[in-house]
Amino acid sequence: MDELVRIVPYFGTHNPKVARAIVLALILVAPILALGIGPAWVRILDFALLYVMLAVGLNLVVGFAGLLDLGYIAFYAVGAYTWAFLASPHFGVHLPFWIVLPLGAGFAALAGVILGFPVLRLRGDYLAIVTLGFGEIVRIFMNNLNHPINITNGPQGINMLDSLHIFGWDVSRRIVITDSFSINSLLLYYYVFLAFVTLSVILVQRLQVSRIGRAWAAIRDDDLAAKAVGINVRNCKLLAFAMGATFGGVAGGLFGAFQGFVSPESFSLMESIIVLAMVVFGGMGNIGGVIIGALLLSWLPEVLRSYAVPMQTALFGQVLLDPEILRMLVYALALIFMMLLRPSGLMPAHSRYSRPDLVLANKRVGP
Amino acid sequence: MIKLLEAQGICKHFGGLQALTDVSLSINKGEIYGLIGPNGAGKTTFFNVLSGAYTPDAGEFVFAGSQLPYGEAHKIVERGIARTFQNIRLFRELTALENVMVGHHTRSHAGLFGILFQRKQVREEERLVTERAYELLKYVGIERFANTVSKNLSYGDQRRLEIARALATEPQLLALDEPAAGMNATETTHLRSLIETIRHDGVTVLLIEHDVKLVMGLCDRVAVLDFGKKLVEDVPAVVQRSAAVIEAYLGGAHAA
Amino acid sequence: METLLQQIINGLVVGSMYALVALGYTMVYGILGLINFAHGDILMIGALVALQAITFAQHTWPHLGALPTLAFGLVVAVPVSMLMGYVIERAAYRRLRNAPRLAPLITAIGVSFLLQTIAMIVWGRNYYSFPQLISTTPLQPVKGVYIAPVQIVILIVSAVLMAALIVLVNKTRIGRAMRATAENHRIASLMGVDANAIISLTFVIGSGLAAIAGVMIASNYGIAHSTMGTLPGLKAFTAAVLGGIGNLGGAMLGGILLGLVESIGAGYIEQFSFGFFNSSYQDIFAFVILGVVLVFRPTGLLGERVADRA
Repeated sequence: MDELVRIVPYFGTHNPKVARAIVLALILVAPILALGIGPAWVRILDFALLYVMLAVGLNLVVGFAGLLDLGYIAFYAVGAYTWAFLASPHFGVHLPFWIVLPLGAGFAALAGVILGFPVLRLRGDYLAIVTLGFGEIVRIFMNNLNHPINITNGPQGINMLDSLHIFGWDVSRRIVITDSFSINSLLLYYYVFLAFVTLSVILVQRLQVSRIGRAWAAIRDDDLAAKAVGINVRNCKLLAFAMGATFGGVAGGLFGAFQGFVSPESFSLMESIIVLAMVVFGGMGNIGGVIIGALLLSWLPEVLRSYAVPMQTALFGQVLLDPEILRMLVYALALIFMMLLRPSGLMPAHSRYSRPDLVLANKRVGP
Repeated sequence: MIKLLEAQGICKHFGGLQALTDVSLSINKGEIYGLIGPNGAGKTTFFNVLSGAYTPDAGEFVFAGSQLPYGEAHKIVERGIARTFQNIRLFRELTALENVMVGHHTRSHAGLFGILFQRKQVREEERLVTERAYELLKYVGIERFANTVSKNLSYGDQRRLEIARALATEPQLLALDEPAAGMNATETTHLRSLIETIRHDGVTVLLIEHDVKLVMGLCDRVAVLDFGKKLVEDVPAVVQRSAAVIEAYLGGAHAA
Repeated sequence: METLLQQIINGLVVGSMYALVALGYTMVYGILGLINFAHGDILMIGALVALQAITFAQHTWPHLGALPTLAFGLVVAVPVSMLMGYVIERAAYRRLRNAPRLAPLITAIGVSFLLQTIAMIVWGRNYYSFPQLISTTPLQPVKGVYIAPVQIVILIVSAVLMAALIVLVNKTRIGRAMRATAENHRIASLMGVDANAIISLTFVIGSGLAAIAGVMIASNYGIAHSTMGTLPGLKAFTAAVLGGIGNLGGAMLGGILLGLVESIGAGYIEQFSFGFFNSSYQDIFAFVILGVVLVFRPTGLLGERVADRA
């Protein structure tokens, strides 16, 4: 929150209280403003929040613990398919969200541990490639486990997933107040996702400023020295993997419920790299930066999509760059230029794994 | 004299190189024990075997009455042996205070769920760890840099910070790997009084050093390694006169 | 028996293409310790540029004949890819030589993405059919065993290229400078080797080989498209790791072995898994091998050098 507050022009530095109020208000009214432009924009915001959750989870692994995971999207897939198996007509099972979401998160964490156990002693770049391989293996299974027994329904994916029912209230149905006034379901999903994102951010922040968060940072900076101060490096890395996977799993479940169908196509290597781009763009290790990165990088391509096409037709009489290509271009350039010009991201992480201000308030602590 | 650490017949080789051959030595509780020897004598290898970075080929360590586990660095720290590195290894992106807080890892207990739910014990422990870390920074004299990111500290302060971090693990034995390397005369004097204070406060110190003068002036007893073998182990005055040591340091020509 | 022989032939053909690409990974890794993620996409650029050149040749000189047309395609595609490799190293990787270890890899991923995007901008997202200038109609040297002329050409060309590279690295002055640079590029430059030039040269040679492999793959399967480089790239990297990364002979051995494992494995997997798995799982082999080798024998089959940059 403090990181977000700082970027508000003028007030961020002069009057944090006002800045805080501005940020809060913006978060709350954003979907209503978006609805004014069109419901598609609310949908984009909803997806942006899912990306925020993914980026916050991946940041825990890459930014805090320094483990480059290129197969992160596989955990998202595990969460989404868990929802598809346990809350859709596919197997005829319709369990409520408070069972399916934790199960999805649990399975994702389990997948994280299963993957992490053998591979976590690998060095950084090897780890990256092996996790990439893991992501691809998961996708190959999703694509092919429709034979001889139909489990995943193959490349077609699974349809008609249950929407999110929170204790009898169906989030996907608009709330009709009067004949002329109703609340769009996209809007409702926004606030539900916002609640999940807020919770995730709070939990991740608590982890960061804790014994565990400091141990992760220590391993990231120098794992030999981390061992020498008594940190069980292997277990700590496993925990980072499992925690990151958990957030991926929850986001996946929400994605399944929101989208209504899942297919292997949504969980390609490209998606892993997109989430990585968000983390890198915002600033590895900085929760606020990562949130901004995720929001900007999920919003910018959509803006390009809606303006670039009409603009191109107006200028050249035809569409030269289709929006999907523009989107990729944004991610590719974000990765390259961030690494070359500003490797610590849009908002560099200020070391913050402790809160001496709360404890040592009466002592003189230097800069 | 109570023996704190006993090394019994430690051997270690890398490929064809015999780095340590049957090294046995014992360190008494409360003393400053020096380990010297020419470059490549096996001092750092001994250190790495002791701290669990390598597994010895043969031999064992008995620490405070029981055998040390092999090759599991974090368990050795839990048992009460802390180390520093010859080429300083700090957590570069963390502040000085946070570096020391990491040192408290084995002596604190906050678990995943305690942290996620911010249980009262966890908040209390966090406060205590922060305070203790600050006290340790004060102990080594760099508390004014508590919030400075450690990679921005001066060389001498980085050395001090590394010692504070090691002390945070609440060791019985503090093993320092060439702490005076790269220090100027003033810094060495400060270091020397810091080591004496540490010993005074009840921590046994194992000192690997190149600076023979520092070792001879500071240590209660000294062992000399050469080509992976222990030559002598005695009080400095005796070691200094030992023919074997003179030979090791000055070469065969002077021995006769 | 015929099936096994057939699968060995297929495996050798695919494996020699992997080996050509693996050489590029292994040379760059040997010198810079960098997984050049974009290497597979150079292959794709090579194939698509060749396609463009061949199409041009077919329109301009319709009577040129198949082989000269293909040769023209290569003559255009190889230098373009080499230039691409050179530019990427100069513009992106060189600045990051002393950066924290994940930065070059993340950049390489970005470059890979960028190359695909550029390809999409130039050629769109369509699948193009690649003219099969060398016949793909299978011959039948032994009853029940088929091999197409294009596959024979692939085997011969890869063998010649690999032999040439071995001679270059082991018998020439440039090769000695390359080996010295791989050992330690800082010390090599102190000894008067222009390490930067050697590193550039490594990228250029690797990219050239990748372009040729790209044309082979496109000729063999008859298609080319903007993402065709990703999977062969990953598999070739696996081959390099399997053989022992940093080791040229290892890359060749790893490529051939991986090709054989894939082809034989795909042929028998259904039998061995009681029908549960089938040949659509073929791509899994590479990833499983990659994981297993890295976890249990990170130096690979032939690698003795432990590349530990702690």
